[in-house]
Parts: sequence; C-alpha cells; structure tokens
Amino acid sequence: MSQLWDFSGGIHPPENKIQSTRRPIRTARIPERLIIPLQQHIGVQAEAIVHVGDRVLKGQKIADVTAGMGVPVHAPTSGTIQAIELQPVPHPSGMSDLCVILQPDGKEEWVELHPVENYQKHDREEVLQLIRDAGISGMGGAGFPTTIKLRPPRDRKVETLILNGAECEPYITADDMTMREHAAEVVSGMQVMAWILRPSRCVIGIEDNKPEAIAALREAIQGTQIEVTVVPTKYPSGGEKQLVHILTGLEVPSGGIPADIGVMCQNVGTAVAVSRAIHEGKPLISRIVTITGDAVQEAGNFEAMLGTPVSALLSEAGLQPNRLNRLVQGGPMMGYTLSTDAVPIVKTSNCVIAATAQELQTPPPEQPCIRCGQCAEVCPMELLPQQLFWYAKAEEFEKAEHLNLFDCIECGACSYVCPSSIPLVQYYRFAKGEIRTQREEQLKSDRARERFEARQARLEREQQEKEQRRKERAKAAAEAQTKKKAEAERAAAEGEAVDDRAAKAALVQQALERKKAKTAQTKAEAPAAQKKPDIEALEKQVTQAEAKLNTMQGMLDEAKAQQADNVEKLERAVAKNHDRVKRAKDALAEARKQIPAEPETPSSE
Amino acid sequence: MALIQQSSPHAHKARPTSRVMLWVILAALPGLLAQTLFFGWGNLINVIWCVALAMTTEAAILKLRDKPIGFFLRDNTAAVTGLLLGLSLPQLAPWWVSGIAVITAIVVAKQLYGGLGSNPFNPAMVGYALVLVSFPVAMTTNWAEPATLWAGAPGLRDTLSTIFSASQTAIDGWTMATPLDEYKHKIATHTAAEVLQHPTFGDQVARGWEWVNLAFLLGGLVLIGLKIITWHIPVAFLAGIGVMSLAFGSNADQYAPLQLHLLAGGTMLGAFFIATDPVSAATSHQGKLIYGASIGILIYLIRTWGNYPDAVAFSVLLMNFAVPFIDHYTPPRTYGHHKARRGLPSKNGAKS
Repeated sequence: MSQLWDFSGGIHPPENKIQSTRRPIRTARIPERLIIPLQQHIGVQAEAIVHVGDRVLKGQKIADVTAGMGVPVHAPTSGTIQAIELQPVPHPSGMSDLCVILQPDGKEEWVELHPVENYQKHDREEVLQLIRDAGISGMGGAGFPTTIKLRPPRDRKVETLILNGAECEPYITADDMTMREHAAEVVSGMQVMAWILRPSRCVIGIEDNKPEAIAALREAIQGTQIEVTVVPTKYPSGGEKQLVHILTGLEVPSGGIPADIGVMCQNVGTAVAVSRAIHEGKPLISRIVTITGDAVQEAGNFEAMLGTPVSALLSEAGLQPNRLNRLVQGGPMMGYTLSTDAVPIVKTSNCVIAATAQELQTPPPEQPCIRCGQCAEVCPMELLPQQLFWYAKAEEFEKAEHLNLFDCIECGACSYVCPSSIPLVQYYRFAKGEIRTQREEQLKSDRARERFEARQARLEREQQEKEQRRKERAKAAAEAQTKKKAEAERAAAEGEAVDDRAAKAALVQQALERKKAKTAQTKAEAPAAQKKPDIEALEKQVTQAEAKLNTMQGMLDEAKAQQADNVEKLERAVAKNHDRVKRAKDALAEARKQIPAEPETPSSE
Repeated sequence: MALIQQSSPHAHKARPTSRVMLWVILAALPGLLAQTLFFGWGNLINVIWCVALAMTTEAAILKLRDKPIGFFLRDNTAAVTGLLLGLSLPQLAPWWVSGIAVITAIVVAKQLYGGLGSNPFNPAMVGYALVLVSFPVAMTTNWAEPATLWAGAPGLRDTLSTIFSASQTAIDGWTMATPLDEYKHKIATHTAAEVLQHPTFGDQVARGWEWVNLAFLLGGLVLIGLKIITWHIPVAFLAGIGVMSLAFGSNADQYAPLQLHLLAGGTMLGAFFIATDPVSAATSHQGKLIYGASIGILIYLIRTWGNYPDAVAFSVLLMNFAVPFIDHYTPPRTYGHHKARRGLPSKNGAKS
C-alpha cells in the first residue's frame, strides 16, 4: 500500500450513488435522430466534411479540425445527414451551436476498421495520431484533446501517470460502472498511455466507496505494473489537483499543469476510449452516462451514442415529467442546469440528474456573511472564501486576485456549508469574469493607444516631409528668380544704350499711370473701407470654424479608433461644425460678391 | 416544462446562521445556570431583560432602516448580543444601566455600521465598555455576594425590585467586591494569605465564580465539538493569560495567581463566547491565534497594571481594531503556492 496524503478541507455530501449502480450498464436505444455538435472538445470547432443528404457509415469521420487544436467527430451509427444547423447544446449558457443531424437507418453498418495488432512496434507519434484520429478528448469533463495532453512539453518528463477513478461528486457513477464492467479496457488503455509516456509509476486512484470497481480493477491489473490505490471518500478528492496531492504529496504549482511536477491525470473513460481506438480501431462514438435523480424511476448508466438527445435517455430511464424540477448536467456540486432536454449527449457528458423539487432544493435567501469561517474550513485550495466574497461583492478585484481568486476550482464546498446561504461560487465566477473582461479591455486600449501613437508619428513625419519639400521648392524658385533677375538686368543693360529716349518716355508714362491709379484708389477707399474689414472678419471666421472642425474630426477619429463611448456625441459635434463652416463660407461668398460691385460705384459717379 | 435554472452547487447542507446562534445560546445556558445557582436570580433577570430589549431595539432599527424585520430577527444574533450582556453585567446592575448597554450595542455598534456582518467591533462589548466608563459606581458595587440560591441568595421578588427600582438602592448586604477586584486592591498592603481570608474567595479559587467559569468552559467545549467555533481563539486567549501570569505573576504576594485569572471574572465567557464572535474576529487560523493570544495578554496587562479589575471588554475591543491588520498579514498559504501572500496588493500592479 502506497503512502497517501490528505488535502485540507473537503466535505462529505450525501453520495446518492446507490440509485444508479443497482442495474448494469444498459445500451441505449438508437434515437430517431442524432444531434452531433461539431465542438465537443476544448479548442477549434471541427468543420463538417459531409453534406446534407450524404449517407454515412458507423464510425465514419464527419467533421475534422484542419488548423489549430481539436479532434475530429465521427458518425455514431450509419444513416443519412439530415441537416447541419444550429441546435441547443449542453453549455451553462444554454447556447446553440452548429450540429450535424444524422438520421440513423438502423443498419449499424461500420466503416472498415483498422485495429493495431501490436502497437509497441509502431512509432509513438503514429499511435498518438491514431488517438487523435479517433476523436478522443478528455471524458472527465473538460474535453481537452487527449493526444495533446499525452504530448507534454519536452522538458517535462511524466514520472507518475494517474488514472482518475475517484469520482467524488455525488450521484455520478459513470466511471464506477465503467471500472466495474470494463476493467480490462481501462487497464489496456492505461497501458497504451504508459507506453507513450514511459512513467516510472502508474496508479489508478479510486475512492473507497466503490468496492466493486476496486475488486474488478485489482483483478484486471494482475501481471501489470499498474497499482490500484484506494483513497478516502471526501469531496473533492477527484479534483485533479487534490488527487495529485493525495497520491504523490506534490502540489501542482499555481497557474501550472501537473506535468510541471512530472504528473499526468487521465480519466478512466478516456482510457477505455484509447483502448478501443488502438485495439479495435474504433473511434469515440459513444460514452457511458449516468441518468439519475428522483424524477426517473429506473436510474442507471447507459452506453449512449454521442448525439443522443437527453430526452430520449430520460424517457428510457422512466422519467416522470410532472416531478421533474431541475435538470442538471454533471454532478450536484459542479454541474450546470439545462434549460431543455433536447440537448445531446456529448463526449464530456458524464451524468444527467433529473431532480425533483425536494431533492435539490432552492436555497433560502442570502443573508449577510458573518465571517464564521466554515467556508475556509472546507476549502480544498486553502483560500479565504469569506474574504474573496467580500472583495468580489465590493468589486475590489485587485484584492481578490491578491488572495488567489484564480486558484479557486469552483468545487462549491464553500457554498455547500455557508450558513448564510450565500452563492459564493457565483460571486467568484462574477469576479473572475470581470477581471478577465478588464484585462481584455486593457489590452484593447493599449493596442488602440499604440495605433494612435503610430498614427501621430506618421502624420508628423508626413508634415515634416511636406515642409521639407516646400522648402526645397522655395529654394528652387528663389534660385530661378535670381537667375531671371540677373538675365533681365543683363538685358536691360544691353537695351539702355539702344533706346534711352524711349525708356524715359516710358518712365514718364508709368509715373502718370501711378498718379491716376492713386487718385482712383483714394476715391474708392472711402466707401470700401466699411466693407473691407467685414471680409477679413468673415475670412477669419471661416478659418476658425474650419480649424475647429478639423480638431473635432481628429477627436472623432481617435474616439472611433478606441471605440470610446462618446463617438456619437463627437459625431454630432462634427456635423454641427460642418454647418458652421458652411454658413461662414456662405457669408463670406456673399460679402465677396458685394465688394467688387461696390468699389465701382464711386468711380462710375 | 419549466426547469429551474441555478448556478452550482445544487446541493446544500448548511447549518443556518439562526441555528448557529441558537447553539451559542444553548451552550451558554450551563453558565447561566451556574450564575443563578451561585449568585441568585440577578443574571437570569438581566438576561431576560437584555434579550427582550435587544430584540425590540433591533426590530425598531430594522423598521427605521426599512429592512425586513422578521427575516433579520430570526437570525437570533440580536438575542445573542442581549444574552452576552446579561451574562457579563453585574448581577444587580440597575435596569437602565443594562438598558443603555443593550441599546448602545444594537443601535450604535451593530446597526449604525450596517447591521449583521458589518460591525467592526463586538457589539456587546461596546455596550459593556460604554456603561463601564460611564457608570463606574453602578458597575462595581452591584456584584452579588456569592450565595447559593438554596441558601442565602435574595429571592426573586427582592432581586427584581432591586434591579428595577426607580432609585438606586442596592442592598449592601447582598453585594460584594469581585475576587479580582478584592485581590487587586488588597494585595498592595496585605499578604496573599491575608487577602484570601475574604469570603469572596471561598474554599477553592473564587466562591461561585469557579463554577460559573467551569460551566462556560463546558459550553465552549460543546461549541468546539459542534464545529461552531474553532479551538484557535479560546486556546490562544487562555494561553496568553497563562503565559503572562507565569512570566510575571508567580509571586502571589504581589500579583493575582493564575488560577484566579482563569477561574474568576469573565475569563471563560470571554474566551469561548465573546472573543469568538466571528464578525469582529480575525479570519485565518494563524490570525485567530494572534488575535486570541493578544486579547489574553491585554487582559493580563490591564488586570495587573491597569485601572480595571477585569478587562475582557477593553481587550476584545482593542484587538477588534487590529483585526483588518492581522487579516492582511496572516492569509493561509494557498495550494500550489510557495508561501502566503501577505500584506496588500502592490500598487504598481506587479503580479507573480
């Protein structure tokens, strides 16, 4: 018996596992239509590679990820593609997502399968590719692509491979029943993973409330290097970080992954899927799911095709619709409520609880926190939930972060024991969401500022270049002028000698003309004097208005670039300034029209 | 089919605040019983009067604040505040002294700060400290003479008329200085043996008081057993007094001996029922140890070198001031971190 470590905190909620372990795993009927979401894993959504009307075979790939992280999706049975459309999917938000709708033909015709006879003879990379092509992602809940997980960073050697069979959440028995009935596949799947990773220790961790599963696995590990370790039942011992600590005494560093300390956790269901992918060549097209709760008469586990609507499984388990009050996907501690039973079973669905109103009661109204500290006593991460709550409520996010808000695993133990019935986890989710949004906004505004500064720099550069060009032009012009002048002087000097008289006559003529012009100007100046400053003022007005308009336009551009909320206001201001400039220009044009007419009046008198 | 939409967790097994407070009340009953048996009806009358007034005051303030009265009254916290005052005030304190203490506790110390959960100071101790500094005579001359209910203690009717009489006519024959008071003031001029001749000390440690303290200790252990309080504050509290007493007060001819510190006065009531008020106490285990020990040390300092024979109220209030500071420097080490993050977040936003 290997040494065990205890983790701090934890709770012992009623297990409620008996209901769903009385019957063996049943194979669910093929439903009328399968709703197969294209995104059942963490990463990039798979793209459908089939078309509406296509006939597909069981196990045929119907969608794949070509770029980025992700795994393909396969047809769970043979049939016809009816549609590729948005359908409600299991998600806390109740959102819809792109799904392939498959109408089964009931023939269960398989594609050609390619089992691997002796995987040890193959290249590891090849085996990893097979696991990816089988569409396997973590089946414990998160849905992280298994191949990527099995390929830890090069500098991280996995010394301990852990198969997580703790299943600490109440109600859920999918892993328990899998271990009881498919122990051999669990072990062979783990062996494939161990062959890939070459760890020095392989351990299956199971809570002591599953004696049948423990016995079955002990039987199955005969002759292997794998050990089965029984851990005390305490929620959340099945949390990855907690199980790692229980079995190794090590702690996953904050913000890190178990591979950082040479540990990797895999789910028992994932191990079965890996075994089937390698030894039978079958992709992941079904999973074992617990259907339980007081609103069903025959609770139990079903091997259901991915895409089977929850409603079909509920009716197969004998749902009493009038008793159903709450539909929970997952366990009562960390699961989320479904808004409809039309959602399908996906790769990560381990349990559906059809609860009655008495079973999962609506908590009483929230009372003030009295800092009793029960939450801190049960927190498995050794946080101060009461302080985090205080800071989350006061929106003092910086302080909440300082108290390691992001280390919270949202296990719900604090809310479970809170005497004031405070939905603590909800406050933490809110705070985390707010902090993430703030960070994104900060990033966005940083980028906008960078863009703005770059633009300013560019404008300045352009201005300088313009100035430079203007100076050069001026210089060139000045040179040309000097040249011209010099030429004219030369010409004049040449001509003087030729016609002195004519030049004198011209000079006299010029003087006369000047005199005449001056008289005319003096006459005209008197009435024009009143009008002239008006034009100047109007011109000034136009320039000012234009300058203001430019400023406004600049501010608007900037605001648009930063997506500030005063864009609308600025737009209005710009429009107003446009009008102002127009009016000023009109007034100026009007004034100019009058001026040339008026000076003539006195001269014509 | 209208399905309930709710955020996880969906299961709850809370012991509601009202039941927590009810357990506090029940755990204090052995102490109250001992007080009644060894000092007469005074404490019982005080408790009933203080609880009734506390609940009435709370209801009135809730109405003024436009808060749901029934919802908050049912949490039993006002009753606990009244109970603690009733248990700690002098047995024969006139009704208006206890009344002022209760009203101050509920109105000023609790509701003006925002009600349950928002008060930085222990409400009962704010009320107690106020009447202690305001009415020193009433608060020192009304301690009942230790006399068992079955032999010597004044009857229910007499006690009632003493407490509720318009003029303060405390009957000299019924009152007596508390053991801590007696020791503190006599030891300067007498030897320990002479001081202990006084009837207030009785045959063991302190007549009556020793049983009252043991009864509160018993109730406190029940609270720890029920996981309503943790052991940290009471143990540190008593250890603080113990260490100080062993370090400075080993000479009984100069200072009160350890057993008197522990079993006379409000020590056990303070350690298990008053200092453990979660709202105004420190949060983390380490913080609780510092908080409890500091109260114990302060109690010893004030009792020994200060002006007051007992000092639970002042010590608790002084440490209430320090709670935010203690909390900032005593967070637990979170899983996956090398060490705890002490202090406040740095201003420049540098994060690890």
